[in-house]
Amino acid sequence: MSVEPAIAMDQVDVVLSGHTILRALDFSIARGAFVGVIGPNGAGKTTLIRLILGLIHPSSGTIRVLGMPVGKGRRRIGYVPQSFAADPDLPLRAKDLVGLGLDGERWGFALPSRSRQQRIQEMLDRVGASAYANEPVGTLSGGERQRLLIAQALLTNPDILLLDEPLSNLDIRSGREIIELVDEIARERQVTVLFVAHDMNPLLAVMNEVLYLAQGRAVVGSVDDVVQPEVLSRLYGQPVDVLRVHGRILVIASDSVVPFTHFEGVAHGQPSSPSPHL
Amino acid sequence: MHGLQYIVAAGFFQSPEVQVALMVGSAVAVTSAVVGTFVVIRGQSFLGHALGDVGSTGAAGAALIGIQAIWGFLSGGLIAGVAVDVLSRRPRERDVATGVVLSSMLGLSALFIYLITQLSSSTGVTQEILFGSIFTVAPRLVWPLSVLSVLALMLIGFLYRPLLLSSVSVDAAQSRGVPVRLVSLLFLLAMITAVEQSALVVGALLSTALLIGPAATAIRFTRQLGYTLLLATVFALADTWVGILLAYNSFTWPPAGRGWPVSFFIVAIMVFLYLVSQIIPRSPSRRADKGGDSQ
Ligand SMILES: Nc1ncnc2c1ncn2[C@@H]1O[C@H](COP(=O)(O)OP(=O)(O)OP(=O)(O)O)[C@@H](O)[C@H]1O
Ligand SMILES: [Mg+2]
Repeated sequence: MSVEPAIAMDQVDVVLSGHTILRALDFSIARGAFVGVIGPNGAGKTTLIRLILGLIHPSSGTIRVLGMPVGKGRRRIGYVPQSFAADPDLPLRAKDLVGLGLDGERWGFALPSRSRQQRIQEMLDRVGASAYANEPVGTLSGGERQRLLIAQALLTNPDILLLDEPLSNLDIRSGREIIELVDEIARERQVTVLFVAHDMNPLLAVMNEVLYLAQGRAVVGSVDDVVQPEVLSRLYGQPVDVLRVHGRILVIASDSVVPFTHFEGVAHGQPSSPSPHL
Repeated sequence: MHGLQYIVAAGFFQSPEVQVALMVGSAVAVTSAVVGTFVVIRGQSFLGHALGDVGSTGAAGAALIGIQAIWGFLSGGLIAGVAVDVLSRRPRERDVATGVVLSSMLGLSALFIYLITQLSSSTGVTQEILFGSIFTVAPRLVWPLSVLSVLALMLIGFLYRPLLLSSVSVDAAQSRGVPVRLVSLLFLLAMITAVEQSALVVGALLSTALLIGPAATAIRFTRQLGYTLLLATVFALADTWVGILLAYNSFTWPPAGRGWPVSFFIVAIMVFLYLVSQIIPRSPSRRADKGGDSQ
């Protein structure tokens, strides 16, 4: 019995207000994979996420999510937006924010129920957010907020988890904690993860596949197969070098010293972590 | 009982004007507090203020053609609300669109009010439009106004969770299938109802006070939306009642005759409460991980 892939794209083009943002996407992502979605600013990473959520529609081609047409299985996808608006006065506690993940789209208000409380509490425990469950969300740090957003996205036990640049406001240590948390939960619940990041290095230890986006096109495969000069040069449409230094990967234009991707580890003098791919 | 006469002037509860004012004022206070809490959370105070101001255009128009002010206020708000929504395709454009609609409608307001002063001998109408007229509300309006309040409250109750979710994160709301645009349009309707009703009570220029004041004050003391709504309602009701009471008493104050405007008292109390809320320190963090910081 074959299991449907988590996400299957067949010659998908996306045109937004006259511009082709994504072209000829053609790949499938297996259930349970941890996929790093990597690409420079404006490559179309967020657009890809919105496409999978069914918030925008392909101008041609077809997408199937968990074997269903897009949009049908929305409740089986958990989504972690980059951040959320909250000032310190916002009368919303961490647990209330997480609770919106359970039933925030339903009309009316949530009647207090013990099983509801319990599910929220379990999820707060799981992401390590119990200590600030009663704090107003506006007073929490970037890393704490990110944990709450992950808890919110996971409350309905989704099969797919989409995270749009969850590391963008975090320092290296909190970033690493978030990656570990997502990896652990994904394994224990067999969740397929698409983790958007502009730098692939922090993800090297956990991702099975990279979805590399540039110029509106995508290549999907193992890091060893995809992050190669020939493959990326074709994707970027210009010569690209790939440097592997101390277990880290640096992608740069051949005629320039400016890297396409940030290289925070080296820039901050962090020791590099060994990568299984190298 | 003896001292009460110094607080409540004779005939307060017997006066039919006071009875109508208390009923209408209470309905408006509750709606404003509840809707206003979401206005504050969503950062739509400017739109709220603009909706009140443009209500004056409608009310002045209503005075010219001789219909009840409230219907003018409501139409002014509706026209402006629709215009702002049509003109602001992107969230960023909303403040600009609001500003444009606000000034064009206030231009009309200037014309209408000029015409009123030319055509009628009474100067009271303008005063009422801009600063409220709770003591002159027709008793037969108590019913429709209460119904409007209840409808606005029911709408908020219906929108509650999706409205909260989309106020915190439009992306998260959309991803869960919340019709974000419909939710914000319906909320706009509730907002128009609340603002224009409070424009009737405290006037077009001061309607924001009743909308934003209780909510902004309550939000400082609470960390759960349910309690914020409750506390804002208590503030708004207390404020309106005391304001009406003081205004009634002020009929005997200098320069005797017509009494001081209710809106002055309501806004003064509101500002006082708000200032106090800003001075009182917030309740300390109750974090479990910072062992015993709140004893
Ligand atoms: N609604 C839209 N209409 C027109 N163009 C759009 C629209 N949304 C996005 N784009 C364009 O599509 C391209 C990809 O945008 P997207 O937000 O997906 O990039 P991204 O990879 O997420 O970038 P970043 O790293 O900056 O978040 C950009 O050039 C953007 O300007
Ligand atoms: Mg993006």
